[in-house]
Amino acid sequence: MRKFRHIEEKFFRVLMFLSTSIIVISLSVIIFSILHKGLPSLSWEMISQTPKGGFYFGKEGGILNAIVGSLYLAIASTILALIIGLPVALMMNVHLVKYKKLVDSIRFFLDLLWGVPSIVYGAFGFSVMIYFGLKTSLLAGILTVTLFIIPIMVRAMDEVLKTIPRGLMETAMSLGSTSSEISYRIYLRQVISGLITAVLLSFGRAIGDAASVLFTTGYTDHIPTALNQPTATLPLAIFFQLSSPIPEVQNRAYASALILTIIILFISILSRIFSQKYQKNRIKN
Amino acid sequence: MIIGLVIVILLPFILGIGLYIKSILLLEDQSLFQLLFSGDWRPLSGKFGFLPFIISSVWVTTIALMIAGPICLLTAVHLTQYAKPWVLKLMQPVIDILAGIPSVIFGVWGILVIVPFISDYLAPFLGKQTSGYSIIAGAIVLAVMVIPFILNILIEVFKTLPDELKEASLSLGATKWQTIKLVLLRKAFPGVISAFGLGVSRAFGETIAVLMVVGNVASIPKGLFQPGYPLPALIANNYGEMLSIPLYDSALMLAALVLFVVVMLFNMGSRFAISRLEEKV
Repeated sequence: MRKFRHIEEKFFRVLMFLSTSIIVISLSVIIFSILHKGLPSLSWEMISQTPKGGFYFGKEGGILNAIVGSLYLAIASTILALIIGLPVALMMNVHLVKYKKLVDSIRFFLDLLWGVPSIVYGAFGFSVMIYFGLKTSLLAGILTVTLFIIPIMVRAMDEVLKTIPRGLMETAMSLGSTSSEISYRIYLRQVISGLITAVLLSFGRAIGDAASVLFTTGYTDHIPTALNQPTATLPLAIFFQLSSPIPEVQNRAYASALILTIIILFISILSRIFSQKYQKNRIKN
Repeated sequence: MIIGLVIVILLPFILGIGLYIKSILLLEDQSLFQLLFSGDWRPLSGKFGFLPFIISSVWVTTIALMIAGPICLLTAVHLTQYAKPWVLKLMQPVIDILAGIPSVIFGVWGILVIVPFISDYLAPFLGKQTSGYSIIAGAIVLAVMVIPFILNILIEVFKTLPDELKEASLSLGATKWQTIKLVLLRKAFPGVISAFGLGVSRAFGETIAVLMVVGNVASIPKGLFQPGYPLPALIANNYGEMLSIPLYDSALMLAALVLFVVVMLFNMGSRFAISRLEEKV
C-alpha cells in the first residue's frame, strides 16, 4: 500500500512533466514550421511591393498592401480604443472605487465581452454596415476592431491599476487633489509602463484577428489612401493565398505568415520589456 | 468617461439585439426548433437546417477540450506545486507568446503539420483513410489554441488556494500527490470547471484556424476523420454570396446569434463560479 502511493505519485509526476513539455514543444514546432516554410520564400520584394498583375498566379509582386493595411487598421483602432478605454479603466479604479459592487459588475461585463468571438463582432459590424448602406472600407474595419479590443484593453489596464495601493490615493486626497488629478497626474504616471503593456496586448489582437475584418474591410491590391476604401490585411492575405492551388502563391502565404509571426513576436518582446519595467517601479503593498 | 462606461455596459445588449433584429426575418418564416434540429442545408431552396454545423461545432469543441483539459490541469499542478519558481518564470513567456499568436498562424501550422500528420500517420495507424482535413485536425489545432487560455486561469486558481490547507494535509502524513489529489483539487474543483467552461466558449467561437483545417462539408459528420463544418466557419465562408439569396443573410446572422448566446451562457456561468470562488477564499 505504501509503495503504491509512491508509484502513483511518480506516475503523475511523469505525466505532469510530459504535459508541460507538450506545451513547450507545440510552441517550438509552430514557430519552427513557419520559419522553415516561410524563410525560403521571404524576399525584399515581398515586403516592399504591392501585388502586380498576375500576382495570384505566382508572378511578381509583394504584400506591402496587406502589411500597410494591417498597420493602419491596428494603429487606428488601438488609438481609438485607448481614447475610450483609458478613462473607463481609470474611472473604475479612482472615481468608483467606493462602489465595489458596481465595479465588480462592470468587470463582469468586460469579461463577458472579452469572450465574445470576433466573428460575432464581424457579423454585427457587417449588418450595421448594410443598414447604413456602407461598403467594405477601412473605416468600418477600424470601428469593428475597436469594439472588439476595447474590453481587452480596459480589462488589462484595470488589472494593472488594481495593483496600486489604496494609500497612494488617500495621501493625494488628503493633500487636496481631485479625483481627476489623481487619475491623470498620479495613477497614470505611476503605472505607465504597465499600461503600455496593455496597449501592446490589444495591438497584437487587432493586427492578428482575421474573422472581424473578413466582412468589414474587404480586400484590395492597393494601399488605401482614404478611410472609405477597402483595405487588405495580413491575416486575410495569408488566408487567401493559402487557398490558392498554385504552389508559388502558397509559398508566399507561408512567407506572409512568417512576417505576421515576426510582428507578433516583436510586440510580445516589447511588452515583456515594459512589464518588467513596471514590476521594478511598482509600489508594493 | 461616463459615455465610455455606458458604451461598455450596453455593448453586449446592442450586439445581441442587433443580431436578433437581422435574424428575425428567418425566424418569422420558419420555427427556431425546425431550424436548429433539421439537417437539411439547401439555401437555394430556402432550407436552412443548422444541425450539421451545430454537431460539427460540438464535436470539435468537445474533443479539443478533452485534449487540452488534462494537459492544462497537469501542467498547472506541476508549475504551481512541484516545479521550482524559475520553471514557472520560464513558462510564463511561453504561455504568453502562445496566447498571442494570431489564429491564422495556427491555421497555417495546422495545414503544414497537423493535417499531413493525420492523413499520413494517425489515420493509417488506426486503419482509416482521410485527406487529413477533418474534425480531429480542427480539434487538435483548437486544443493548442485554448491551452494558454485555460492554463493561465488554472494557474491563478491554484495560486489562490491557501497554503495552510496544504500544510495541514502534509503534516498529517499525506504525500504531496495525495494532498494535491484529495485536498487541493477538491478545493479548486469549481475553479477548474469554470476554467474549462471559459475554454469551451473560446473554442466554440474560434473561426479562421478551424475553418482552414476542418474540411467544410455541409453534412452531419459520421466520424472523427470525416470533414466537418462548424458554425463560425459557416458564417465566414458564405459572407460573399449571402446577399444574393433571399433569407441567406438572415440565416447567417441567426448562426452568429446562436454562437453569441452559447458563448455568453458558458462565459456567464464560468465567470460567476470564479467570482464566487474568489470571494470564498
